Amino acid sequence: MPKPDSLQGSLDLLILKILKGRPGLHGYALMVAIKEFSDDVLRVEEGSLYPALHRLEMDGSVKAAWITRAGTGRRARTYELTAHGRKQLAAEESRWQTVTAAVNRVLRMA
Amino acid sequence: MRLWIKIRNVFRRDALNAELEEEMRLHLEEAVASGRDAMEARRAFGNFINTREAAQSVKLAVWLDNLMSDFVFASRQLRKNKVASVAAIVSLGLAIGACTSSFRLIDALLFRPLPVADADRLRVMTMSFTDLEGREDYTDSFNYPLFRELRHALKDQAAVIGLGYTGRQDITFGSDDEIERAHRQHVSGWTFEAFGLRPAVGRLFTENDDLKPNAHPVAVLAHDYWRRRFGGDPKVIGKTFRMGKTLFEIVGVGPEGYAGTETGTPADFFIPMMMEGEAIHEAGLSWFRAWVAPHPGASVELIRQRSEGIVRAHRQERVKGWPAGAPKARVAAYVNTRLELRPATAGYSSAQKRYRTALGILGVLVGLVLVITCANIANLMTAQAAARAREMALRVSIGAGRLRLIQLVLAESALLALCASVLGFGFALWSAPAVMSRINPPDNPLRLALPSDERVFFFMTALAFVVTVTFGLFPALRASSVRPVSALKGGESPHSKRRLMHALVAVQAAFCFVVHFTAGLFLASFDRLSNQPLGFSADRVLSLQASSLDNAPPEAFEQIVAHLRSLPGVEAAGISGFPLLSGSGWSNDVHVNGAPPHVVAPYFLAVSPEWLATMKVPLLAGRDFRNEDAYPRVAIVNESFAKRYFDGENPVGRTFEKDGGRNTSKRTRMEIVGYVKDARYRDMREPIRPTIYVPFRSVDEKGAPVGTQRASFVVRTDSGNPLAMASILRKAVPASRSEFRVSGILTQRELVELHTLRERLLALLGTFFAMLALVLAGVGLYGVLDYSVLQRRREIGIRMALGAPPADLAWRVSAGIFSMLIVGSGAGIALGLLSERYLEKLVFGVKVTDWWMLATPAAIIFAAAIGAATVPIARAMRVDPATMVRAE
Repeated sequence: MPKPDSLQGSLDLLILKILKGRPGLHGYALMVAIKEFSDDVLRVEEGSLYPALHRLEMDGSVKAAWITRAGTGRRARTYELTAHGRKQLAAEESRWQTVTAAVNRVLRMA
Repeated sequence: MRLWIKIRNVFRRDALNAELEEEMRLHLEEAVASGRDAMEARRAFGNFINTREAAQSVKLAVWLDNLMSDFVFASRQLRKNKVASVAAIVSLGLAIGACTSSFRLIDALLFRPLPVADADRLRVMTMSFTDLEGREDYTDSFNYPLFRELRHALKDQAAVIGLGYTGRQDITFGSDDEIERAHRQHVSGWTFEAFGLRPAVGRLFTENDDLKPNAHPVAVLAHDYWRRRFGGDPKVIGKTFRMGKTLFEIVGVGPEGYAGTETGTPADFFIPMMMEGEAIHEAGLSWFRAWVAPHPGASVELIRQRSEGIVRAHRQERVKGWPAGAPKARVAAYVNTRLELRPATAGYSSAQKRYRTALGILGVLVGLVLVITCANIANLMTAQAAARAREMALRVSIGAGRLRLIQLVLAESALLALCASVLGFGFALWSAPAVMSRINPPDNPLRLALPSDERVFFFMTALAFVVTVTFGLFPALRASSVRPVSALKGGESPHSKRRLMHALVAVQAAFCFVVHFTAGLFLASFDRLSNQPLGFSADRVLSLQASSLDNAPPEAFEQIVAHLRSLPGVEAAGISGFPLLSGSGWSNDVHVNGAPPHVVAPYFLAVSPEWLATMKVPLLAGRDFRNEDAYPRVAIVNESFAKRYFDGENPVGRTFEKDGGRNTSKRTRMEIVGYVKDARYRDMREPIRPTIYVPFRSVDEKGAPVGTQRASFVVRTDSGNPLAMASILRKAVPASRSEFRVSGILTQRELVELHTLRERLLALLGTFFAMLALVLAGVGLYGVLDYSVLQRRREIGIRMALGAPPADLAWRVSAGIFSMLIVGSGAGIALGLLSERYLEKLVFGVKVTDWWMLATPAAIIFAAAIGAATVPIARAMRVDPATMVRAE
């Protein structure tokens, strides 16, 4: 079972969104990217990031590839969106907009 | 969705883990490189194992992974107890194999549908009659005029199809010297159409091939024969072969898989019914079966009633031609026959009728052996589960769920069952054909298609599943219900487990008893039947079936027999119409002193001079036939004849009158010139009937010799192996008279053994299963006792220390088991007595209720039990109180 997470649901969205803009990131870079884009507000734990990535991989939303890095000769596992992932992202994004808009409305009204 | 990848990942789990590790290592390196503290970064990752499990739960089919590891663990467990596992697998394999083998035979003989359209609607007409011993029986033989009436009357409701008995014939393709034997079946022209069959090559018959007697010399080959004999050559169409005097032209080959309707005797070729021209208008000849294929929507019961009416009316007409003196009861029974439409989905043959009950009972025996085996393994698993109570308790303590534990133990059972099934499949592959080859005489064995197809596969899968659940579920439930506290503290009460094991011992004893009891009955029946006095000597006797191309005068036969007698190695020779115990028979009503005929008509057999001496049938009074004697003037009768008609006095010199047959009231007076001892004529089971031997030489009313086409030459050789002379004799017949051919040579011994074939098979297999059951039950008993001694060694040690005498200890250890044996045997006796109804037909000369039939198995089982109990009891005696008490 995946761990319950404060970012549950939105984590997938963040990963997909970042991978769309910057395909070919590996896990660590992705973690750093989330941190940077969110101005240090959102921090993903390693224990959540990798299961989420693997889940998306099994869904077929992202696909992974091993690339050998020039210089070090080490392999890194990089991720990029698939066609299915792009559709998934659009759906997730619009859902997120709807939900946040609704939450904002409630906050304004009450 | 991604199930397939998940399942595949289970099998590349190591590679997956390596990738995962690599990914994480890189992550840590980068984290450290970007200035994070190594320890802190590692901690942020959390427990590596947790991460790995999280990844695995996403990437693997977890259930499958668990199952796999359970199986790996199970195979380790099985390998740990090698001896026990091998014993379990072998015994279970034998039992499963025997079950599968029985299934294959029973399925092939009784249930596998014919490869024709809508096989499940097919029926065969039968007519009931009461046999001479007063038993209800039925016949399926029809005559053509009646068949024609039925077909015509039923044409709106059903197709009525005539299908002959499939039998072996001599045919020649090229020169007359190369006689081949092939199985022929007569078929109505419309058969193939009604069965929805299409030709593989050429054409099949239509109604137009079956119109006029003897006018359609055409044949269709069965696909299998075509492939065997002609290598599947399509140019076979147009070829001819000769059978008797007729040249048949091959017009087509039937579809693959179809070999007629006689289950167990595949046909090689088919010819139209009309080619039996002499029989078409003869109501006195019954020679084929009438099949019914009801049209869609037609009522089977209505067809039956209609047919019964027609058959009864037909018979009403027929009895008008009977001689006036025929017993009234016989006439009434003949006319008021009950017609039945028996399902013939799986084809129809006399082998089915003969072996249905026998195979069913063997199937039950095999099933009982399987249950005994399962009980054994259940006991083994229970004992092992007890030994593993601590392990289980540990598993529960660290959080294993109950279902997971059940799965763990069941995996072991399933693995056992799987190994055993593989073994059993191999065993069945060999044993089913081996048993089948013993069902009919060796020169004409039962031939059933025994494919290992999906039916067998499903049966085995279901069997393995049932078996796994039977012996595995209960120990699994028990093992999983372990209470960690008490188990880890030093063991639960061992008594609860022993109760289950004792119950299983009782079940084993009961079933073992039933198997032994049944086997005993079969063995005794076979013994009685094969030791029935024959009244003649079958040793060293050969019988040659010979026929000439045309009717031959008696002199021709006499010339041949004289030639045979002159051959070196021939002790004596004679001629008879057919051999004794060959299944052929001739019976006719006779009148003695003008009295009406007896209900049981005597048998007749035409024999030449010296036939009595050849067969060693002792002459009591009077004389043998002489060359000038001729039928129907003189006769030789047996003791039973004298007993029935002459109060057992010497009948030589007396006379009787033979009825002229059903269409004439003319009687023939015959004089008794000889008086011989009783000899078996047709059947080994019935009491010996009055038998009349008449001269083979036959004359008509004017005294002119009557020719005949075939006869049997009976030859007593002086070598121990009469078949060594077979080829010499086969050539000697045409060497003496060139128009004669020998179509078959059988030893008289074979003919006798034919009558005990089924009994021998039952005795053989019954004994095999009985031995198997006994060994298994003995092993099971040993295991249970051994286990209980092991469990109770503390108690035994304490008792010894307190001074209990050895006998008392032996009694305490084994009392429970032996009381279970008594309970089991009691149940077995009850089951045995209940089975009487089913066994009755297969048993000969013994009664199910004979006390020794019940006592013998009980004695054997108890003897085996005592043997099996010796070792554990001895072990109990050797328990050293000091060691035992110290160990605690």
